[in-house]
Amino acid sequence: MTRKITSPVVTVETKAFWDAAREVRFLIPICTACGKTHWYPRAICPFCASDKVEWREASGKGTIYTFSPMRRVKEPYVIAHVTLAEGPTMLTNIVDCDPDKLRIGQPVAVVFQETENGQPAPMFKPA
Amino acid sequence: MLRLKLGGIPGMTINGKAYIAGAYEHPTRLAPDKTVAQLHAEVALGALKDAGLTREDVDGYFCSGDAPGPGPASMAEYMNLKLRHVDSTEVGGASYTLLAAHAAEAIVLGKCDVALVTLAGRPRSEGMATGTAPRPRDPNQPEAGWEMPYAITTANGYAMCAMRHMHEFGTTSEQLAWVKVAASHHAQHNPHAMLPEVVTVDDVVNSPMIADPLHRLDCCVISDGGGALVIVRPEIAKKLKRPLVKIIGAGEAVKHLTGGTFDLTTSGATRAGPIAFAEAGITPADIKYASIYDSFTITVIIQLEDLGFCAKGAGGKFVADGNLISGVGKLPFNTDGGGLCNNHPANRGSMTKVIEAVRQLRGEAHPAVQVKNCDLALAQGTGFQLATRHGSATLIMERE
Repeated sequence: MTRKITSPVVTVETKAFWDAAREVRFLIPICTACGKTHWYPRAICPFCASDKVEWREASGKGTIYTFSPMRRVKEPYVIAHVTLAEGPTMLTNIVDCDPDKLRIGQPVAVVFQETENGQPAPMFKPA
Repeated sequence: MLRLKLGGIPGMTINGKAYIAGAYEHPTRLAPDKTVAQLHAEVALGALKDAGLTREDVDGYFCSGDAPGPGPASMAEYMNLKLRHVDSTEVGGASYTLLAAHAAEAIVLGKCDVALVTLAGRPRSEGMATGTAPRPRDPNQPEAGWEMPYAITTANGYAMCAMRHMHEFGTTSEQLAWVKVAASHHAQHNPHAMLPEVVTVDDVVNSPMIADPLHRLDCCVISDGGGALVIVRPEIAKKLKRPLVKIIGAGEAVKHLTGGTFDLTTSGATRAGPIAFAEAGITPADIKYASIYDSFTITVIIQLEDLGFCAKGAGGKFVADGNLISGVGKLPFNTDGGGLCNNHPANRGSMTKVIEAVRQLRGEAHPAVQVKNCDLALAQGTGFQLATRHGSATLIMERE
């Protein structure tokens, strides 16, 4: 992938995630009150409204819920929603792939891609 | 949960208590010689003239994120309005079906008598890469960091919804194309339409791929322009000379990704639609004409299913073979050519959806597309991003 990847906004709510990404660790939030994982990560559980949300290291495995190769731009890329093995579905890109061979339901694995300011962001490639 | 059931409080309704007395669509599609504020004022004056009212009659003003300046204040000053009620709810392209309902609510409560709703913008003159570049974000939006690296755009977001719809229901590119074909059959009669040429299914599926599976002709146009509505209490409407069009039902919803547990094959119309139909006391089968927001062909199919015009997943079959073409199919839609062929002012489509529904109910649509005995019409808006979070607003209107 050659396109310039916009760096994420890092907030006090999400700094731990992005720091872990620099160590190639993929975290997901889990609520210890209701036991559910969610996405995107936030300090207040969207399911039970508890603030007992902790970070856990995720498997980095998932399947493609849907995707779309963007064609009419200088550097084509693939947008996707990937359902993580831990449950929630996240917006991401599929990289290191032939866009014409992707399919919904395909297994994928996390890979960290460097963004413009050096901050790595989680993306996925065919497993 | 302390929550009232669908339909709200018995006796509390907007059904029949507010009338759309004025409707005006700006004829421009490219306006480098006008400001956004000027366009807002021009459509406001056009709608007031249509109603037979003046600027001095307006005591409620309703606008959304396209109005320049913060909320309603700058445009209220530019037009020198004297107001006792304002509302600047922002749900993207769905804002105007929603604001029309909010205006009716304010009228029912006596907060205003003459409500003005305006929309205008110049994305075409300003060279905005509307569909294929990510929109700027407020860094305080909680989802910003989780979406910025991935370059979600209007086009590839809606494309993901289409991809999933095809996967689950077997919807085809040719079925999507029928939505555009029907819109083009209507646009040929509209002298202001940006794309008045009739196209075929082959034309659509052979146009360049933008974001799989959406081709260029699956996408709406980018245009300057605007539109406005004047909504009044019944006593005022009955003193004016225009045909009587009343609001009889409305519903709204926001649908989002629900903590990462979602589907992308339904829209907020699954909730907004039933609320509106319950208030109106009618069913989808009663609707003679439907204005359905058509940012993309897939947007129409998903909303038609969600509103109950056909079963979930059957939208592709429903729109095929000209079923949306006036005089040909069972459900005439977007008889002005819609966003796909006519215009999409400020990248926000639900204002023109209401305006064409009003034309149909008044019997003032182009004779070639006018629906016979059109007494019940629906306008449906979907705003922001169907693949993440969006607003949905349904408005049902009746000719008296």
